[in-house]
Amino acid sequence: MADRTPVPGAAPLLEIRNVSKYFGSVIALDDVSMQVHGGEVTCLLGDNGAGKSTLIKVLSGVHRPDRGTLLVDGNETVFGSPREAIEYGIATVYQDLAMIPLLGISRNFFLGREPVSGRGPFRRFDKPRADRVTRDELRKIGIGVRDTAQPVATLSGGERQSVAIARAVYFGAKVLILDEPTSALGVREAGIVLRYIAQARERGVGVVLITHNVHHAFPVGDRFVLLEHGRHTGTYRKGEISVTELETKMAGGEALDELRAELDRD
Amino acid sequence: MTGTSAVQDRVRDIGFLRRQLTRPELAAVAGAVLVFVFFAITAGDSGFLTFGGTVSYLEVAAQLGIVAVPVALLMIAGEFDLSVGSMVGAAGIVVAVTTVEYGLPMWVAVLLALALAVLVGLFNGYVVIRTGLPSFIVTLGMLFALRGLTIGFSRLLTGRTQIGGVTAGGEGQPLPVIFSGEVGGLPASVFWWLGLAVLGTWVLQRTRFGNWIFGAGGDVTAARNVGVPTNRVKMLLFVCTAVGATLLAMIQVTSTRSADVLRGELLELQAIAAVVIGGALLTGGYGSVVGAVFGALIFGMVQMGIFFTGVNTDWFQVFVGVMLLAAVLFNTYIRRQASKER
Repeated sequence: MADRTPVPGAAPLLEIRNVSKYFGSVIALDDVSMQVHGGEVTCLLGDNGAGKSTLIKVLSGVHRPDRGTLLVDGNETVFGSPREAIEYGIATVYQDLAMIPLLGISRNFFLGREPVSGRGPFRRFDKPRADRVTRDELRKIGIGVRDTAQPVATLSGGERQSVAIARAVYFGAKVLILDEPTSALGVREAGIVLRYIAQARERGVGVVLITHNVHHAFPVGDRFVLLEHGRHTGTYRKGEISVTELETKMAGGEALDELRAELDRD
Repeated sequence: MTGTSAVQDRVRDIGFLRRQLTRPELAAVAGAVLVFVFFAITAGDSGFLTFGGTVSYLEVAAQLGIVAVPVALLMIAGEFDLSVGSMVGAAGIVVAVTTVEYGLPMWVAVLLALALAVLVGLFNGYVVIRTGLPSFIVTLGMLFALRGLTIGFSRLLTGRTQIGGVTAGGEGQPLPVIFSGEVGGLPASVFWWLGLAVLGTWVLQRTRFGNWIFGAGGDVTAARNVGVPTNRVKMLLFVCTAVGATLLAMIQVTSTRSADVLRGELLELQAIAAVVIGGALLTGGYGSVVGAVFGALIFGMVQMGIFFTGVNTDWFQVFVGVMLLAAVLFNTYIRRQASKER
């Protein structure tokens, strides 16, 4: 059932092999393996408490695995900190966005990596360029902003999430880890984000999409990694499995069937 | 891609008027105009509108503004400095003691005072960053400690708490001219104030460092995650506030030719009031230098305006208190408007 065949001729951008992570007596991850390929969306699916958060924290350098190895471009690597992961081109967009709400859109977009012009004491933040790039990047994802100085807080949740992703892609992320990017969004807003995830994939980015919503994952996903109680319960390629099957497996299928049968009786 | 056009239809043009309304300094600019009009009417014929009257309130505003500009930057970066008032007293005494009692040249004394300011700023910043304690508490400690040290050392070394006769080596010396000379009838402090305002605005609005100030104050974790050296930003700004206080001390010492251990008392709170009237948020991440400049101007106009009306100047603080509260209410409303999802 599990598909571990890599794309021919290329090592996965990011891979973990037999990773385990313990917090005291709690086994958060138990012998989990997964691969992230460029130009693919790998969906990490699981119910609450399945170990999704721990897994992405291992991938993004927050946690070091207690067992198992992590490979970047096929080379064994240890991330000492999230910064190191970022240096390897692995960007994580957390649910709480990491944006400054009252700061303007273009100032947020370039925060920490501001373009400069002029020299010596007259070196200054190249605001026109920042505005232009921000406007262009946002137009690419279908957000038309006339004033790039307006606070990020004025954008909708889906737009904010998209801007955060656009920023990571613009600054050269090879692997993009998205933590529940659609969970707080309505259907339409989620559509904006999912469409943009598909665009990032077309650019060759390896996307890891963490979600517990199969209906969001299915349209954009290329492979689906299932987690349950910290264990890896299967990896499926798109076409190998239907959305219903996936949902059943994810929700601990039998339990749902039983529930349905039980409720039907009443 | 069927939904894309629908998304693009939702153009968010917030409009010129609305954009102006959400600028942080709006309340201060409007307030300054109101205060000016008020005193022009009530005290216009008793000297408020004369050149001398204008200079008098500009000078008061300038002295506060010199401190309020760096304090504004620090507050936008999310930190307080309550020790600026004590720093004014300390720097003044350092200069007076070293020149009058020990006969050091004025420029050496000024360098010593600046060195003390850098040390105080670094200490404030270091303790705030290393302990994670609120800067309000850390610099409140510094407020007392520095004032106490100033009084203690002044009495220990000179037996006095007021030192007069700071002549800076006689007439025509360059330093007194730089700090308290006059150009076209305007005291040097006004030029320092405006110069700092321009510099501060440029740094905040036009440099990378300015963007980092907003980031550090807006969300320190988010800013750090994208690579902003938030600790360095804050350390540097703590040094700036202390240096700003020292500049004011130099202006006061050279113009009055004396120093007093109690100089600068309550200045820290006036500076915060000016910055808040200028539209900054106490929580950081939002505000402007221009706002702080107008906040200081309001202070100057109210203080001198009340004097010109002939009303007892005891009422000055009532006016300031009411205005501060009104400004904060107004700013809260504006911020809600600015961050409303549209």
